[in-house]
Amino acid sequence: MEDFILQFCKIDKSFFGVPVLKNVSIDIQRGRIVGLIGENGAGKSTLMNILGGVVPFDSGKLLLNGQDYAPHDPESATRAGIAFIHQELNLFTNLSIAENLFINNFPHIGKSPFLNKTQIRTKTKEYLAMVDLNLSPDITVDRLSPGERQLVEVAKALSQDASVIIFDEPTTSLTARETERLFAIIERLHTSGKTIIYISHILRDIQQIADDIVILRDGEVIKVGPKKEFDIQKMISLMVGRDIKTLYPERDSKPTEQVILEARSLSKAGIVHDINFSLHKGELLGVFGLMGSGRSELAQIIFGIEDSDSGEIILDGKQHNHQSPVKSIKQNIAFVTENRREEGLLMTSTVAENLGLVTLPKFTGSITNVVRQSALNVAIRNIVSLLRVKTNDAFQNQVKGLSGGNQQKVVIGKWLMNNPSVLVVDEPTRGVDVGAKHEIYSIINDIVAKGAAVLFISSEIEELIGVCDRIIVMGVGEILGSFEKADFNREKILQTAFREGGK
Amino acid sequence: MNGNQSRQRLTLAVLKNTPTILFVVIFVAFSLLDQRFFTWTNFENIISSSAFVGILAVGMTFVLLTGGIDLSVGANMYISGGILAIMLEQGYPLWLAILAALVSGTLIGLVNAFLISKVKIIPFMVTLGTLTAGRGLALLITQSRAINVTKEMPFAAAHVLGIPLPIAVFAAVVFVAFIVLAYTAPGRQIYAMGNDPEAAKKAGLNVTRLTMFAYIACGFCAALATVIALSQQGRLSASFGEGVEFRAIAAAVLGGTSLFGGVGAVFPGTVIGTLLVQMISTGLVYLQVDLYLQDMISPLVIFFAVFVDAQRMGLIKRLERRNIRVEKTAGQVLSEKKAHSMI
Repeated sequence: MEDFILQFCKIDKSFFGVPVLKNVSIDIQRGRIVGLIGENGAGKSTLMNILGGVVPFDSGKLLLNGQDYAPHDPESATRAGIAFIHQELNLFTNLSIAENLFINNFPHIGKSPFLNKTQIRTKTKEYLAMVDLNLSPDITVDRLSPGERQLVEVAKALSQDASVIIFDEPTTSLTARETERLFAIIERLHTSGKTIIYISHILRDIQQIADDIVILRDGEVIKVGPKKEFDIQKMISLMVGRDIKTLYPERDSKPTEQVILEARSLSKAGIVHDINFSLHKGELLGVFGLMGSGRSELAQIIFGIEDSDSGEIILDGKQHNHQSPVKSIKQNIAFVTENRREEGLLMTSTVAENLGLVTLPKFTGSITNVVRQSALNVAIRNIVSLLRVKTNDAFQNQVKGLSGGNQQKVVIGKWLMNNPSVLVVDEPTRGVDVGAKHEIYSIINDIVAKGAAVLFISSEIEELIGVCDRIIVMGVGEILGSFEKADFNREKILQTAFREGGK
Repeated sequence: MNGNQSRQRLTLAVLKNTPTILFVVIFVAFSLLDQRFFTWTNFENIISSSAFVGILAVGMTFVLLTGGIDLSVGANMYISGGILAIMLEQGYPLWLAILAALVSGTLIGLVNAFLISKVKIIPFMVTLGTLTAGRGLALLITQSRAINVTKEMPFAAAHVLGIPLPIAVFAAVVFVAFIVLAYTAPGRQIYAMGNDPEAAKKAGLNVTRLTMFAYIACGFCAALATVIALSQQGRLSASFGEGVEFRAIAAAVLGGTSLFGGVGAVFPGTVIGTLLVQMISTGLVYLQVDLYLQDMISPLVIFFAVFVDAQRMGLIKRLERRNIRVEKTAGQVLSEKKAHSMI
């Protein structure tokens, strides 16, 4: 007989009359790793929020170990043994690792109100050992890397004696090595009998790690089954509901010979060293680098957020050293930053307000500086329909209500409104589903076709190979190699990034 | 380790201990400028007169740690002081009058706490409101009369175990607050909540109760500060407690408590900050700076210190950022070349 730890029976949920989960029934076997995939808005988060006690469900039945289970807040979910590791980590950066583990459950000395710090420390060491973290329990979390923080969250889940651990997109901010480490630990949790629910857009990871796969689309379960019944192509078509033949849209333009941006021996102590490259009009130049390779820092130097110590940046034949973002924008450079939540968007402002931000000065009277609102509104409407941003009302809806893909379109849109001649995009498809990825690539292709130059920074080799004309590889703050389209090769690019083979 | 790194470490050490260093520098400067400053009587005097601001600042530290602010402590002092003075005037026993003052101060804290954590109005507006309304209420209670309490409250010069009473009370408050913040669950949870209120809710912390606790503690401290201040000043006037919120906030912030919540400590932080604030005003008296100028100079010095504080936080962040690559020094390159040529 099969042993189910969790059973969703005909769960329905709607928000303000809009159904987000329709008749969802899934049985999850104890001790399995379940990969949960679907496009943004498919209902993954809602389903997991129900499980984690963040939102209640409308109708249906939820069974945990065969018993009725309806958590009314996150705390009761935790007590029931369900740990939810959110995409944005919920650690207190000002407190020590030990305090983070026990913040809601401090052991006291006897019955006194005083904390038993020795016990907290010893216990924390045990849990840290379980996730292979060799750190002092007293280190404050702000000193840890994103990967280490993720593992502290896992240790916290273990300390709460969780039997089901939910991971929501855990690898988006991890380096390749940290990801491997996390997978090794998930594997170990698996062996020790924990049930894991793993949500990700990175299908390759799902394929590697999951035992079973659940695919959601538009609030319905499309398919549940063991991993062997799926390949990546099948996952994509089931998720999207139509056949996406090519994930990467065709390019119909070619780069020109005209250099628009050039870096000459650009250096900044401790950050980047001797960077040389040139970017041509109509070119889509990929920059591949793992996290901590200096790729985002290079982008910041080009855009003028950070300054360089030596070397030159030449823009359109003119010196462009020691600039500021304000001057860069005037020179029509655009920079889609890596963190759309923190750096790219004003989350509580409307779509229209976000879109208008960069280009606002172009829509103001020359002397009075009063905004010509109607002209701006027309431009905003145009860009919303051009990029097909899915929003009911761009002038009313806040950005934080949009899905990840649509948020990213808003970030790109606000720069497109300024007609950039150089566009720097840093991880534009992170945390974005397959369908929206395709749209974002098409948008970037269109910009390039119109003669702009794009510097496309990414840690996903496949997408760079799929869309770029040329790829430069960065590591330890240096350019380690450069590949022409004809020589694109996944293994060689990775080897270059890791400095293996040859060097 | 190369010279560059050790210099960076030194800079970091200096920046992280700025309050203490500032304290020593100002202390030495005043001592050099006026020899009377550097005497035991003067130290005692400084600590003694800083006691009530210090108690206020300890309460303020709780509130600032949650990410809030309490502007109403001065008005709270005037109300509690008014009740205390009138009760003494009418012949109630001292203990009862003090108890009434402490209860009224705590109740004002409760009003703030309720409006902030239940009605969910932002702390700045709530306490600005209770500041204005509170002073009005106190004027109503006292009819803006000046009340003399020297006779009824003779204990300003009393000693406990050889320590002047105001200093002993201040020390006790600091001790209790330190233990609560560092060694009890609510204390640590206040830090967590100040760092990230959303995450605190998700972690199942009772954010409402923690917020209430902080504002009530701040109200209680304001009342306790009232008792000390009134006994020292001997007289309740219409300007009692006016402007003390600035000194209390400045003391906490100078001691390293962040206005954004989650960062700070009562000891040594707030204590040093308090002494610093008091030392500056006492020093200016010694230097015989014009009385009217004094009121302008001490805020200026405090502003300067807070400005330095903001600068240093930015600098600490930059210095602590992880470098991507380790730059080789010229010496290392040379020795590597040598090693290479030897092969």
